[in-house]
Amino acid sequence: MSERTTQPPETEAEDTEDGTEPTPTTVSSGATSVVRALENTGIEVMFGVQGGAIMPVYDALWDSNISHIMMAHEQGAAHAADAYNVVSGEPGVCLATSGPGATNLVTGIADANMDSDAVVALTGQVPQSMVGSDAFQETDTTGITAPITKNNYFASDADTAGDTVGEAVALAGSGRPGPTLVDLPKDVTGAETDREPGMAQTPEAYTPQNEADPASVEEAAHTIQSADKPLLLFGGGIVKANAAETAREFATSYGIPVVTTMPGIGTMPEDHDLCLSWAGMHGTGYANMAISHADLLIGVGTRFDDRLTGGIETFAPEAEVIHIDIDPAEINKNIHADYPLIGDAGRVLEQLDGSMTTAPDADEWREQCLTWQEEYPMDYAAPEDEPLKPQFVVEALDEATSDGAIVTSGVGQHQMWASQYWTFREPRKWVSSHGLGTMGYGLPAAIGAKMAADDGEEVVCIDGDGSFLMTVQELSVAVREDLDITVAILNNEYIGMVRQWQDAFFEGRHMAAGYSWIPEFDKLAEAFGARGWRVDDYDEVADAVEEALAYDGPSVVDFHIDPAENVYPMVPSGGANDKFALSEDQL
Amino acid sequence: MSSGLDGPEPEDRPAPEGRRNSQGIRIDPEVEAEPEARRAVLSALVKHEPGVLANISGLFRRRQFNIESLTVGPTTDPDRARMTLEIEEPEPGIEQAKKQLQKLVPVVAVTELEPTAIQRELALIKVDGSKPDQVGAVAEMYEGKTVDVSQESVTVEITGSEQKIDAAIETFGRFGIHEIVRTGTAALERGTRKTT
Ligand SMILES: Cc1ncc(C[n+]2csc(CCOP(=O)(O)OP(=O)(O)O)c2C)c(N)n1
Repeated sequence: MSERTTQPPETEAEDTEDGTEPTPTTVSSGATSVVRALENTGIEVMFGVQGGAIMPVYDALWDSNISHIMMAHEQGAAHAADAYNVVSGEPGVCLATSGPGATNLVTGIADANMDSDAVVALTGQVPQSMVGSDAFQETDTTGITAPITKNNYFASDADTAGDTVGEAVALAGSGRPGPTLVDLPKDVTGAETDREPGMAQTPEAYTPQNEADPASVEEAAHTIQSADKPLLLFGGGIVKANAAETAREFATSYGIPVVTTMPGIGTMPEDHDLCLSWAGMHGTGYANMAISHADLLIGVGTRFDDRLTGGIETFAPEAEVIHIDIDPAEINKNIHADYPLIGDAGRVLEQLDGSMTTAPDADEWREQCLTWQEEYPMDYAAPEDEPLKPQFVVEALDEATSDGAIVTSGVGQHQMWASQYWTFREPRKWVSSHGLGTMGYGLPAAIGAKMAADDGEEVVCIDGDGSFLMTVQELSVAVREDLDITVAILNNEYIGMVRQWQDAFFEGRHMAAGYSWIPEFDKLAEAFGARGWRVDDYDEVADAVEEALAYDGPSVVDFHIDPAENVYPMVPSGGANDKFALSEDQL
Repeated sequence: MSSGLDGPEPEDRPAPEGRRNSQGIRIDPEVEAEPEARRAVLSALVKHEPGVLANISGLFRRRQFNIESLTVGPTTDPDRARMTLEIEEPEPGIEQAKKQLQKLVPVVAVTELEPTAIQRELALIKVDGSKPDQVGAVAEMYEGKTVDVSQESVTVEITGSEQKIDAAIETFGRFGIHEIVRTGTAALERGTRKTT
């Protein structure tokens, strides 16, 4: 990762059908140099929406081998690019015009920023001679996106536009990944140039640290060996660093129990003996108990977000903290690190492993963790004569799909049920909006995920009725592109998470949480050209799931679930992890 | 709402003993001391390009770092500008501010200056003109210069440490101050010590 140049990934040298290398774009303008730069970095697909100021770039794509998915809304383009990155590990690229095109990307860029996803946004801009004049469809795109990008660029010269785009791609994916944006004024993309962009490089002063200080590693290893109640906390940084294998080996070699964050789901197989699943607001009781009682917490690639920690004062109150992260600014930001180890998650874990001479004596602690698993089971009652339980639907889908299926979600109760009741065994399979909590993420994310998925890898979007309605137009894209994705709506006819909070904290006053009328999603799906099913009862679940998964194209199953069902456990905002409520009367 | 899960109630669970303060540092619950704020002077060498100043001031605003002053100007390298930032924060905040600044791609280098660094600010103080001689005398006392005189006012230029300028402004106060402008602190390390 210290390499500044980005080489196209291995698979990139992919040949065309007749066995010849795809011809790279000939550079004749700013726009063609931009496209050439994307080709150089191995970009295969982009997601976007056309418009005046970006037309030269689109025109340059006409002759390129990069494929383009025409989305219904730019927010969808950004989420699709984001999910593409999560699933493939390669940067996701989205494209939009100036003004409303660019502002429509904002939610998706902010989402990528919160989850450290490598997304590259290319936006058209009015010609430089008109910048600052409040021209038609002019917005200060670099100004608007500065706080939500890792870095952004205003390309002012056709000769260097390609290099700038190359840098944006390289930067997005290196160190701690994050979104970048290049604003491309129309006069720049339209101007003539034959200067070919060089190999993509990260900025000169950008030098993320890969290896932790060896002396600190020694000390940390020593601390692990002598801990009585060590706990590993695996975050999304492990996914970014492609370090799940290394992390698992570390946990199993030294017999250290593991909890994950939500973005870290899948870094440790959730059915592994040492895995306590994920911790935080709606995490498992046993994960939260373990955090509260550990005497050593080893956080790897996590930013100790407040949905994980609850109140800072009561977070892991008995634990010394070893914090491994590639971003020095995460150290001591929310939680004080007794042993900060700055570097790449996988590399630092290898360093630690090299310094360990023995495993900690943690038999009793592992026993304790198992006891908590028995004491706080993630069971739910599903009486046949009551309305359908969402947990049952999630488990049915998990069972009916193959092992490596990819799951995307919206935001709300359904997201929590999906992450609680689906058993993830691999990283890059749980694709959700964690940090920003963006309703509407699920469907466009399923499109991006499908584009990144290997042949035959199933993609399921577990959505809420409210979330689905926020980006439902992207169903048209899935139909047009003939994408085999399955959307399962856990329809409670409420924006349910809000309803749950109103019941718990606002005396059950359901202000703007229920619908007086809601579309029939199965019919809506058919109107879009997808297949639709409606399910109300337990005995319909298996058939609908089977048919929807078998259908080779986009399918939507509208599961009408118990509207009163709530998500538990729940650590109320700012509360102590071990004080999670198991039902409403404990809140 | 009938839904819920099985398990011991919150009160019936073993409770951990420790506690952290609001900075996430483990503390003795008995002594619960919060760290005190201190003043720090940061120097940042940045790329001389549009948007950098907006970016840095935006960073301080959105992360709620308490910024006292910010100055910026060119250096001998046309591609680099230097900023001096004065902040007042408890220790973890100062560390955060440095790291967050460093994280911005156009920021080349960041250092916190020693308290002994040369720190200077310039102030223009427009004082009531009814006692020009006395104003001149006070200006001299602070090694300042009278730079403009009119019927109504005398404007004095003073350079020095922030404290010196505070003191001068207080002294001029007795004549009546019409307007003032201060640049904020610019600072460099002394002697062979490099600033960034
Ligand atoms: C874009 C956006 N707007 C508002 C919210 C606030 N919010 C969080 S969860 C939620 C309800 C989600 O409803 P739905 O998608 O139906 O899922 P459910 O909770 O019912 O499963 C709302 C409104 C949000 N997270 N995102």
